Amino acid sequence: MEVGMKVGIVRFPGSNCDADVYRAVTDGLGERATYLWHKSTDLEGVDVVVLPGGFSYGDYLRAGAIARFSPIMGEVIDFARAGGLTLGICNGFQVLCEAHLLPGALVRNRNLRFRCHDVGLRVENAGTPFTSAYGEGDLLHIPIAHGEGQFVAEASTLDEIEAENRVVFRYVDRRGQATDAANPNGSARNIAGIVNAEGNILGLMPHPERHSLSVLGNTDGLAVFQSLLAAVSRGRDHPGDRRTDAAPPEAPEFAAGAVAGAGVSS
Amino acid sequence: MSRVWSVDVRVTPREGILDPAGETIRRALGNLGYEGVHSVRAGRLIRLEVEADGPEAAVASTEKMCEQLIANPIIEDYVVRVREG
Repeated sequence: MEVGMKVGIVRFPGSNCDADVYRAVTDGLGERATYLWHKSTDLEGVDVVVLPGGFSYGDYLRAGAIARFSPIMGEVIDFARAGGLTLGICNGFQVLCEAHLLPGALVRNRNLRFRCHDVGLRVENAGTPFTSAYGEGDLLHIPIAHGEGQFVAEASTLDEIEAENRVVFRYVDRRGQATDAANPNGSARNIAGIVNAEGNILGLMPHPERHSLSVLGNTDGLAVFQSLLAAVSRGRDHPGDRRTDAAPPEAPEFAAGAVAGAGVSS
Repeated sequence: MSRVWSVDVRVTPREGILDPAGETIRRALGNLGYEGVHSVRAGRLIRLEVEADGPEAAVASTEKMCEQLIANPIIEDYVVRVREG
């Protein structure tokens, strides 16, 4: 029986966090990862697709707007719409919004500055395939690095994603409060990451892969990838059930180490 | 008869969308002593040379391009105009 997971990391011209995600999956988890070239139309049977950070196509026109029409994106969109686990980080989040796989858009930071530093994040929903290894309300330190990370959407859309518990991460201060001062880019309601209605597509501006190895000084982000591994394993146990907002897995073999590096960091 | 038309697309931030670039320009103008500038919205102009059977056809095909790529209707409005007759 096949075990573990294989993560496909899409490389657009201008992607620059692809190797970081690769190392998070291989060194951080001991799982398999492969790069998927943007001109390819073959997802190579991966269990998870990651659209990594960077400046695809130089961010020309709008961030993510050109990448969204790369040849591989047709496959990625089909995969995601069919329930495949799809993670967009930073530029990848922008691509997912441009592809209408996630609602809203990401525009210039409120203060017009490129922000590159750690932020405080609160886990708002630990019932997703991307966050099951966290606890609800966990506070994380995760780096951001973006100039266009201000999440905007119609008020009705914001109300809808809030009501459906689809805000997964929110920018917070050291006390865990979603204050204006803790909001690095002016995002509506301090939103840092959201999932689609089905829960299988996550977009977030912060970079969990940059805090996924102890050598990086912090492993707060590793649980995103541990959660994905748990979701993939669960999917094998229960084929057809890809929606994973249910309880965390009973006793996966990695559970002991799963939260060691994750959880609250202060 | 098909010919090349010069088409301008003006893309601006949608009403209600915060425009930090425009707001920064407005503040800078205030600092320079220009009173009474109540609002600045900063967009972009995209100029295309489009082959089409007539100006209406040029506008129609450019509008399709706007819907698909040139503008993001969630955050931007656009106006398409043929420059020469």
